[in-house]
Amino acid sequence: MGAVALLLGALPAAAETIRVEMGDVGYKPADISAHVGDTVEWVNNDFLAHTATARNKEWDVMIQPKKTGRITLKRAGTIDYFCRFHPNMTGRISVAE
Amino acid sequence: MFLRIVAASAALVLGSAAAIAQGAKPTDPQIAHIAYTAGQIDIGTAKLALQKSKNKDVRAFAQDMVRDHTAVNQKALALVKKLKVKPEDNPTSKSLSEQAKGTLASLKKLNGAAFDKAYADNEVEYHKTVNGALEGSLIPAASNPELKELLQTGLKIFQGHQQHAEQVAKSL
Repeated sequence: MGAVALLLGALPAAAETIRVEMGDVGYKPADISAHVGDTVEWVNNDFLAHTATARNKEWDVMIQPKKTGRITLKRAGTIDYFCRFHPNMTGRISVAE
Repeated sequence: MFLRIVAASAALVLGSAAAIAQGAKPTDPQIAHIAYTAGQIDIGTAKLALQKSKNKDVRAFAQDMVRDHTAVNQKALALVKKLKVKPEDNPTSKSLSEQAKGTLASLKKLNGAAFDKAYADNEVEYHKTVNGALEGSLIPAASNPELKELLQTGLKIFQGHQQHAEQVAKSL
């Protein structure tokens, strides 16, 4: 039992995909927590194109209506992002090691 | 001074439109017509900007306006068709169109940085006034829930445009 726990603890956590909806001119959920290596996938359910644009300019994803876009998180830290077309749309990703 | 006159006249136009809309509570067919007209006007101004401006940010903003207002108006047309509402011309729509002609004529006389600044300032004022009219009179007056919902989504979109326009205007 102890050996299994030790083994599991030593293994890197499996990368996850975290889904964020773009709808009604907002990100839902607007705040997410993730780990390095995880993927964030935005699903645009609005009838307008949106972007997910990192304030630190690390990435800029444009997503057409009814399409998806994704990025893989490479570093730990807090990333604030927004839509370049509708800057009142804002989100945050807290990335842990 | 000239720039201020252009922006101020746009505000006056839409301000008076909002006043008219507030005076007599507009009906759903009138609201649909006003909202659609306001969108078409912004598309027209954006197309002029795409003809005249060489500024990267101004052009990107104008392209956003054409794309978004076209999408919103297509949605509005689909909704009125579904609801079997026939958009109805009214004094507010007419005054909006008349005043828009004046704004376009003023903007056409400008070139280069002067045009860019006047266009961006006008976009800030225009969206501010449209958003005021939506919030203060058109949304409260709308009786059909689907029309009300589309206007509410439109308000969020146009509030985004206003912020974007403010950023562009500040950068010039």
